[in-house]
Amino acid sequence: MILTYGSWWLLWIFIQAWVLNNLALPWKEAFVDATISNIVLTLCAYATEITSRYYNPNKQRAWFRFVWGIGLAYVCAFSTELILAQIFADQPSFLLYLVKSGPLRFIYSFLMISFMAVISYLLRQMKEEEENKNRKNDAQNLLREAELANLRQQIQPHFLFNSLNSISALVGTRPEEARKMIYQLSDFLRGTLKKDEQQLVPLSEELEHLKLYLEIEKVRFGHRLQSDIQCDEKSMHMKLPALLLQPIVENAIKFGLYDTIGDVVIKIDARSTNNSLNITIENPYDSETSKPKHGTGFGLNSVQRRLYLLYARNDLLNTTTTKNTFNTAVKIPQSL
Amino acid sequence: MIKAVIIDDEPLARGIIKEYLAHHPEIQLMHECSDGFEGVKAIMQHQPDLIFLDIQMPKINGFEMLELLDPVPAVIFTTAFDEYAIKAFEAHAIDYLLKPFGKERFDKAVQKWTQQKSQNGTDNNTAALIEKMPRQPDEQHRVVVKNGSNIRIIPVQDIFYIEAYDDYVKIFTKDNYQLKKKTMSHFEEVLDPKEFLRVHRSFIVQLQQITKVEQSDKSTHVALLKNGAKVPLSRTGYSKLKEVLGV
Repeated sequence: MILTYGSWWLLWIFIQAWVLNNLALPWKEAFVDATISNIVLTLCAYATEITSRYYNPNKQRAWFRFVWGIGLAYVCAFSTELILAQIFADQPSFLLYLVKSGPLRFIYSFLMISFMAVISYLLRQMKEEEENKNRKNDAQNLLREAELANLRQQIQPHFLFNSLNSISALVGTRPEEARKMIYQLSDFLRGTLKKDEQQLVPLSEELEHLKLYLEIEKVRFGHRLQSDIQCDEKSMHMKLPALLLQPIVENAIKFGLYDTIGDVVIKIDARSTNNSLNITIENPYDSETSKPKHGTGFGLNSVQRRLYLLYARNDLLNTTTTKNTFNTAVKIPQSL
Repeated sequence: MIKAVIIDDEPLARGIIKEYLAHHPEIQLMHECSDGFEGVKAIMQHQPDLIFLDIQMPKINGFEMLELLDPVPAVIFTTAFDEYAIKAFEAHAIDYLLKPFGKERFDKAVQKWTQQKSQNGTDNNTAALIEKMPRQPDEQHRVVVKNGSNIRIIPVQDIFYIEAYDDYVKIFTKDNYQLKKKTMSHFEEVLDPKEFLRVHRSFIVQLQQITKVEQSDKSTHVALLKNGAKVPLSRTGYSKLKEVLGV
């Protein structure tokens, strides 16, 4: 940085000296003049840089910069002449030249200072932009990480440990089934980990994942848990955010199994309309003992939030209850 | 001969305990139950020395089931990950088995229980545990009571007020009440303070059931409830109520 700066000024010293020499000034005087004026200019430019670093007038006060530039140019030209007059005090012709070149020096200084100011302004702007970009990137990474952490939490430790306990029980008596459950559990976990929360997947893929989950839960709870999945042909190809239904089904199972005593049938129904995919998930429930207090409640808030973030709509998730069933309906808009 | 009962809603989870118990001929398995209702029935019928109890179960959880029992039998809890519960278990030196658990761990738990029993006689720490146990979130929404052999679940919204009654409390719903062996401070702690307020040493009332507060004589007030019941307010109770209702 200092090197470029130095050679920049050196270049100007030579140019100025050459111009002065062409204007009939001897080489020695030309060089001294050029060196002195450019050193003074360097100091002034540095002063501008320093002030603009700490004091940045806004656009309305641009005239301030202008006045500052003129003042500085004046100081610059004046002090250069003062110094040169001291050095060449014994050469009357040079002193005369100094007086005559005054206005030119002033204009030259002003142009140089303005030029330096513009350059430093542009450099600062570039740096700021880069910082902004970095900050944006950081924010996005943080968001992604948070989402991933969220994703990992979706694997309920209860579910995992209870499944492992079932496998442990099966190993002794029915090793083939134990092995099958290990595969299912592995596939399920892998499916949960690899998916990007932003990604859209076809319903068929989401259902495969849900089936794995249901199969594992069925091993745990035996014949008490059953599932019934119905979808029309067209809906299978429609897309929805990956793993969106997982927490809803989890909730339905938990709710069904722990809120009632009898058999639990989880019904999943998917229908396509012109521009949306409509999915309802139904579980039995006991209206006598559990009264949903808030609109959606029951652990569905995260689903609601996600839908809002993705579609900027709050009306895509709805729950209804009858005397014996609890229904969760999700509507996924399909982009055309 | 040691009598045991298993209570767990997952058949395979019961299976593995049965399998491990087969190596302990001194323990006889009297019954296996898939929920707390069956559990209460089986325990009253068989009077087991030891029960293996899961916590998360349909309708009423393991702790709620224990609350319905008097006396409370010795318990070895079997549960999946639950760090809050684990702290409480450890504090009361009651053993617990974290699913999945191996045979060695199971044997150790049984051995520990046998030792404790020979040292303390029939005493066990379960009663103290239930009293101190941090409550599960679902317990904020319901109260489980037993009336003879009938078990009832009362959603907290249906409670009008609770009255202290010696070692028990009377839980008043619209037109009758249920007895439960619990303290007032227990309910004060468990119930949502935004909805329930202790308005008297012996009374907790659900705020939304109050229709009117009136003066009964010079210095005392009563709250009139939607079902016509009257609940006395202590002086501090009255000012607390005024503050909560914002009048």
